[in-house]
Amino acid sequence: MASSILIADNEANLLISLEYLLQRQGYDVSLARDGSQAMQLIRQQQPDLVVLDAMLPSRSGFEVCQEVRGDPALRHIRLVMLSARARETDMAKGKALGADAYIVKPFSTEELVHQVRQLLGADR
Amino acid sequence: MRPLDWRLVLGVTIVGLVCLLWLLVAGVLLWAVLDPNDWETVLEALGGKGGLLLFLWAGSLVPTAVALRHLIEHYLRAPAKLAEEARLLLETDVQRLPTPRGSNENRRLAEIIGQLVTQREALRADMDQRVRAASRQTELEKNRLAALMSELTKSVVVCNLDGRILLYNNRARLQFRRLSRLPTPAGGAELMGLGRSIYTVLDRKLVSHALENVQRRLHRGASAPSAQFVTAIRSGKLLRVQMSPVRDVTSDDHGARTTDTMTGFVLLIENITDDVQAHAEKNRILTNLTEDSRSALASARAAAEVLELPDIPAPLREQLLAVIREELQGLSRRLEEAQPTAGRALRSRWPLEDMLGDDLIEAAVQRLESEFGLTVDVERGQDQSVWMKVESFTLLQAVLHLAGRLRQHCRVRALTLRLTEQSGQGALDLIWMPCDGANDKAQLGWDDEPIEVGSETLSLTVRDVLERHGGECWIEQEIDDARHRCFFRLMLPLAATQEELPAATFMRHESRPEYYDFDLFQTTERTQSLDDSPLSKLAYTVFDTETTGLNPAEGDEIIQIGAVRIVNGKVLSQEFFDQLVDPKRVIPPASIPIHGITPDMVKGQPTIETVLPSFHGFCEDTVLVAHNAAFDMRCLQLKEKLTGVRFDHPVLDTLLLSALVHENQDSHRLEAIAERFGLTIIGRHTAIGDAMVTAEILVKLIPLLAEKGIHTLGQARAAAQKTYYARVNY
Repeated sequence: MASSILIADNEANLLISLEYLLQRQGYDVSLARDGSQAMQLIRQQQPDLVVLDAMLPSRSGFEVCQEVRGDPALRHIRLVMLSARARETDMAKGKALGADAYIVKPFSTEELVHQVRQLLGADR
Repeated sequence: MRPLDWRLVLGVTIVGLVCLLWLLVAGVLLWAVLDPNDWETVLEALGGKGGLLLFLWAGSLVPTAVALRHLIEHYLRAPAKLAEEARLLLETDVQRLPTPRGSNENRRLAEIIGQLVTQREALRADMDQRVRAASRQTELEKNRLAALMSELTKSVVVCNLDGRILLYNNRARLQFRRLSRLPTPAGGAELMGLGRSIYTVLDRKLVSHALENVQRRLHRGASAPSAQFVTAIRSGKLLRVQMSPVRDVTSDDHGARTTDTMTGFVLLIENITDDVQAHAEKNRILTNLTEDSRSALASARAAAEVLELPDIPAPLREQLLAVIREELQGLSRRLEEAQPTAGRALRSRWPLEDMLGDDLIEAAVQRLESEFGLTVDVERGQDQSVWMKVESFTLLQAVLHLAGRLRQHCRVRALTLRLTEQSGQGALDLIWMPCDGANDKAQLGWDDEPIEVGSETLSLTVRDVLERHGGECWIEQEIDDARHRCFFRLMLPLAATQEELPAATFMRHESRPEYYDFDLFQTTERTQSLDDSPLSKLAYTVFDTETTGLNPAEGDEIIQIGAVRIVNGKVLSQEFFDQLVDPKRVIPPASIPIHGITPDMVKGQPTIETVLPSFHGFCEDTVLVAHNAAFDMRCLQLKEKLTGVRFDHPVLDTLLLSALVHENQDSHRLEAIAERFGLTIIGRHTAIGDAMVTAEILVKLIPLLAEKGIHTLGQARAAAQKTYYARVNY
């Protein structure tokens, strides 16, 4: 069965490309526009991996990340954080809160796909 | 006639007795050696002549007395007189040589004492001169320090350990003026003044914490034992305060050296509100720019990368192209928006300084002539004094670069400089006459080349320099008397109008501002009650009010308050309070000739509710003084309910004090007293003018009161109550 991925980002323009790219890779992709929706879908669908923007409306990506890592039932989920904040401290925060990868925008899609594949592949 | 000298009497008696004794001995001896017959003969010969014998004896005493008297005068009295004279010389400053008299030895002694006196006088004069020179030097140094301070662009305040201000500069005064409730020039004087407490403007806890830090660092032997803190003040402004210690000085054989003991502290105060705001604004712009751009770029880049993939469905292709278009448009828009504000915020980073246009031109002329040997003319515009805000070094380099290119490519040998104001900006023109056949085209790119002056090349271009200034640069042609002149026009920012100093025009202008009083370094004794404090050491607020009439209880109102301070026996004519008050009622026309205040003048002025609290602040910790104080105090106290401030300060009345000192004078009117003391009144019947004179009078009165045994405030108040005038009811 194909791995499932949730992409949570409020930039609709980015979602279009990422959705197509990851579907093309054969993943089962669902989308969320804000933090609360993302959390809800995570609990419902229990995706294998979440691509999470750090600055989501309603609940930030950091909060979502923290909650996922705080819940034993969700601990297996891989988290890739996307962020427009490029400071060292932000990256450290993302990693500290439990993100498996922290990718600064703008990024190369190839790199993102590589990162996702590696994280999911390592699981198998 | 001098009383009979006992030594003379004694001497004569002794000689007389000795003679008598000698006579008796001679008689006895004669009697013993002569036989009775001869003795008979002798007695017979002398018979009845015994009186003669006695007379002879007495007569011999007269020359004895004369001789003795002379000897006493010569050998005893003369040294005694000399001793008296010497004692007088020793104990007083009399400059007189002792009279030589008596024996030669005594005369010589007098001469030597005379020489000693002369020597002493010379030494004393020399010492006086040195002391005078030294104190002149000290005074000069103090003045120089005060002058230096007043020129600094940072606020400087020096306090003793009690937090009493003993020096401040003009910048500090201006800074604290902005904190005052009163918008007028008098505002701020209630906060910043000699002898005032710094704690009225700065939190005592912050200051003492900083003091502790400084002291700790001092004891640790730190090389720069200063401390910093940032504090928000009433108006919400942020101040950065740097504190450095004023150390005590000991002197020994090796000269003066500073110790670890603090006697006071220096505060450097900077208003960083604008800096902090600008900094925050800069940060906000940068963050917005980078973070928003990152998101947009991420979307666009992802879309572009997807587009590169083969076999994209047509609708998706359209969608992705729309994404790229939209994000790029958004980015462009954001840049457009950010640029003006960012430019402003970023520009403030460059250390631009205020410079008089003429100085800039002069510097340019000098550099152009020395660097290239060009003939440089200056064309003066109408505006004589244009103040520029420039970074003069790089700006001059840019001008030199352009001139160098002109010389090189257009064979220009003469230039004209012109500085004018063009729609709120300064236009610096570099004018030249183009030669025939010169390559004018080259000029276009010169402002984009790295600046080259002599062998030096900067990493900046002329354009960079102008951007630094938020300016521009272009080439223009002007047709003047059929000559085609070309010029580079450099648009540069003008400096904001210089901060105006409060004009104290009616005050007597003294050569130096009284912004310091180092005598305040001594810590004041707080244990002393005010009543026991000596009059000469108190701080006074001498004030006067002008009113619409003489019956404050029946509705007459204050229309002007003027006050000056006296600290350490000096009238601080720079620390004054001078405020018109809107009485909210008609000013009776009959009173206008007296105080000279017309309804127009009080229109728009603050009302008593604003002015009195501010004046109360001005009077803090001082003794109030007024001429005929009862009236003025009544005016103030009638407003206590309305304004909520109580004037319960101790009060002195110069009228009563004058009556105390000159009880036999008929008039104790202000003019009469001023005349007695030889003071001239400037601006009589303006509140500030009268307050000034009253202050001068008080300063003159204090020593006169001391002669009458009145030294303390308590004594002065008690004595004043007993004068005739105090009994008259106002």
